[in-house]
Amino acid sequence: MIPELGHFALALACVLALAQAVLPIVGAARRDPRWMGTAAPLAFGQLIAVGVAFGALLWAFAVNDTTVSNVVANSHSAKPLIYKFSGSWGNHEGSMVLWVLILSLCGAAVAAFGRDLPTALKARVIGVLGWVALGFLGFVIFTSNPFDRVWPPPADGRGLNPVLQDPGLAMHPPMLYLGYVGYAVTFAFAVAALLEGRVDAAWGRWVRPWALAAWCFLTLGIALGSWWAYYELGWGGYWFWDPVENSSLLPWLAGTALLHSAIVVEKRDALKIWTVLLALLAFTLSLLGTFLVRSGVLNSVHAFANDPTRGTVILVLLMVYVAGSFALFAWRAPKLAPTGIFAPISREGALVLNNLLLCSIAAVVLAGTLWPMFADILTGAKISVGPPFFNTATAPLAIPLVVAMPIGAMLPWKRGDVWAALQRLWWAAAAALVVGFLFLAALGYPVWPALGMAMAAWLIVGAAADIVDRIALFRRPAQAWQRARGLPRAAWGAALAHAGLGVTIAGIAGMGVATDTLVALKAGESTRLAGYEWRMEGLSDVTGPNFTARRATVTVLQDGQVVTVLTPERRTFQVDRQTTTEAAIHTNAMRDLYAVLGEERDGAGVLRLHHNPLAPWIWFGAVIMALGGGLSLSDRRMRVAAPAPKAATVPA
Amino acid sequence: MTRKKRRLMVLLLAGLGLGTATALTLTAFQDNLVFFLSPSDAMANRPPADRAFRLGGLVESGSIERTTGSDGRPSATFRVTDGPTSISVTYSGVLPDLFREGQGVVTLGRLLPDGSFRATEVLARHDETYMPPEVADALRRAGHWNPAQGAAPPAETWNTAPRQREGRSGG
Repeated sequence: MIPELGHFALALACVLALAQAVLPIVGAARRDPRWMGTAAPLAFGQLIAVGVAFGALLWAFAVNDTTVSNVVANSHSAKPLIYKFSGSWGNHEGSMVLWVLILSLCGAAVAAFGRDLPTALKARVIGVLGWVALGFLGFVIFTSNPFDRVWPPPADGRGLNPVLQDPGLAMHPPMLYLGYVGYAVTFAFAVAALLEGRVDAAWGRWVRPWALAAWCFLTLGIALGSWWAYYELGWGGYWFWDPVENSSLLPWLAGTALLHSAIVVEKRDALKIWTVLLALLAFTLSLLGTFLVRSGVLNSVHAFANDPTRGTVILVLLMVYVAGSFALFAWRAPKLAPTGIFAPISREGALVLNNLLLCSIAAVVLAGTLWPMFADILTGAKISVGPPFFNTATAPLAIPLVVAMPIGAMLPWKRGDVWAALQRLWWAAAAALVVGFLFLAALGYPVWPALGMAMAAWLIVGAAADIVDRIALFRRPAQAWQRARGLPRAAWGAALAHAGLGVTIAGIAGMGVATDTLVALKAGESTRLAGYEWRMEGLSDVTGPNFTARRATVTVLQDGQVVTVLTPERRTFQVDRQTTTEAAIHTNAMRDLYAVLGEERDGAGVLRLHHNPLAPWIWFGAVIMALGGGLSLSDRRMRVAAPAPKAATVPA
Repeated sequence: MTRKKRRLMVLLLAGLGLGTATALTLTAFQDNLVFFLSPSDAMANRPPADRAFRLGGLVESGSIERTTGSDGRPSATFRVTDGPTSISVTYSGVLPDLFREGQGVVTLGRLLPDGSFRATEVLARHDETYMPPEVADALRRAGHWNPAQGAAPPAETWNTAPRQREGRSGG
């Protein structure tokens, strides 16, 4: 009964989406306030309907309703409850329902918080979101209904893929989708602006919080995915340039560019056409990501569902949205004449450079990701494009981007002076040089990791220099605290996010000097790696809630002192008839000790041991970036409804 | 700066960015494209030893030998076959959980002058019934298996199995 209710709610949501797609937009075109007024109630209604559907799905998973084929395929009664829930979005159908749920949540948020939006713009934005929801709800209902019944019901489900039974991955899809879907909102704003033929600073002020929020979630989602790959797949790496990973990186790159160009629209009323184009691109790339993950057109280590019909439908949806929005863009964009004028060397100019480089990186990644598909279609050659390609092709673009970041943040609007900015950054440059040489000469790092360290120092110290300069810490130390309090949170957020990227780059550079070894050890034998002694204590059998495992106990010693005891496992899941490796990791924030158990031969366990310097910094930096974004988002200037801050803060 | 000049500047910059991206992509493609070859392809083409490629096929039955490399690292030697040809592969590392005889496998590495293959990566997915599509294609080209007719025959029969008539795929 409950699954039918869910199915019905989905159908209802689909009808509501149709109404939401038509009524407000027609109303806005006719300037009919009653028609435009339907936008908000429809958006709320849709949220309720999709919410009911998602609740029904969660319920079916929670009670392990084996008459629902989706539950049978992806769940099992012996699973812990959290993985029953995460199993509901850990599969194709359920994840699409989650996608639509987040979309309707965003639509309702626009309706609820957009009281100060011009009525016509608001109606159009919600209308465009209705179009997006309509496409995806139709897709869910007609090609991937999560509430399909099976009869007779099997005794129990087949279980969730064991590598997905993990807290990090339970949170990964919701985060990623919040990011993807956030770009649906900026897309809706862009299309609404094209329909209206008007982009102004107010539009920029509305788009920026959405772009920022989406960016924060996407950053966290990508970091979670990468972290999961690091500790769960047990390969010792954190980024494999896999098509699925790339498909989440692409909207991130476009979204980062959008985030920065929206500032120019808001502050300087320039770069309008470009920003609209970026908003369209960011969502296009999000859809492309969805398409790549789901269609199975690209061979990936963690492809989702390999169903060509679904892929075709998503491809058609993608073409409709992309062709429609870009045709609209070609038709209406000339109306959006820029007004703000700036010199090439200025904050605006630096942001243009940022956009240029980010988009070039995105183009390179896109080419590398899609090329195997085209090569297969055109020549039949089976090609893969691996990490060496992406590393060599993106590094020459990423390095100037990083070098320009602190300088751009220092330049004033309209017209700037690179030399003056550099003078204020001299100690960041000095720090970068010192750090680079220190790692190169004293610690014996190879060139690339040392360069990475130098760039990390440049970013982190550069962000600090920016703040120090703004609060005039050294020039007028007496008022520094007051100025720091008066500094807009957006400035703090930007500095924090830039420094966060520096931390991530430091982590990546640290991984550049990671060492590993492969040994077969019997109980009592030991080996040395990176100054640590790793002693195999023995192998044992353990039983988990829904698996049995072979576990190696490895004691790690340094100078005779026990550092930690690692227990890597090979788990066998009976229900799924699968085996997974469970890496054991010990971290002290400066390095990870990482052990993986392989096969056993003659009583000895084959161990792969890694020493990964600074590895946790990669994800830590991403969290700092997202925090910076969140801080910026809490700036009162972002809350359009908030009254302007008083001219002077009240002194104590 | 006039509007015209500015527009020219922006266009120039965009052109520069796009040009750089294209140039980078093309040069990186030239050196880093990794081709997939079946054992028959690899023996026919003999890629140079400095060129990495992916070799895929079935793990020949009874061919897995666990050895210890000259550097003391535990390694494994096995033969990858597509029917007519098989190549000996040496891999030093942890084999994937589902690596076993008769299973489809894709390895990344280089062909040594003696005709053996040194793998740096062995890919097998976390799924017992999974057949990498390239491997399925290689087997079909070797004329031994039509994927439309069900699962692959056991690997031990490969070198002796009669070639199937090239069936229409789909069906």
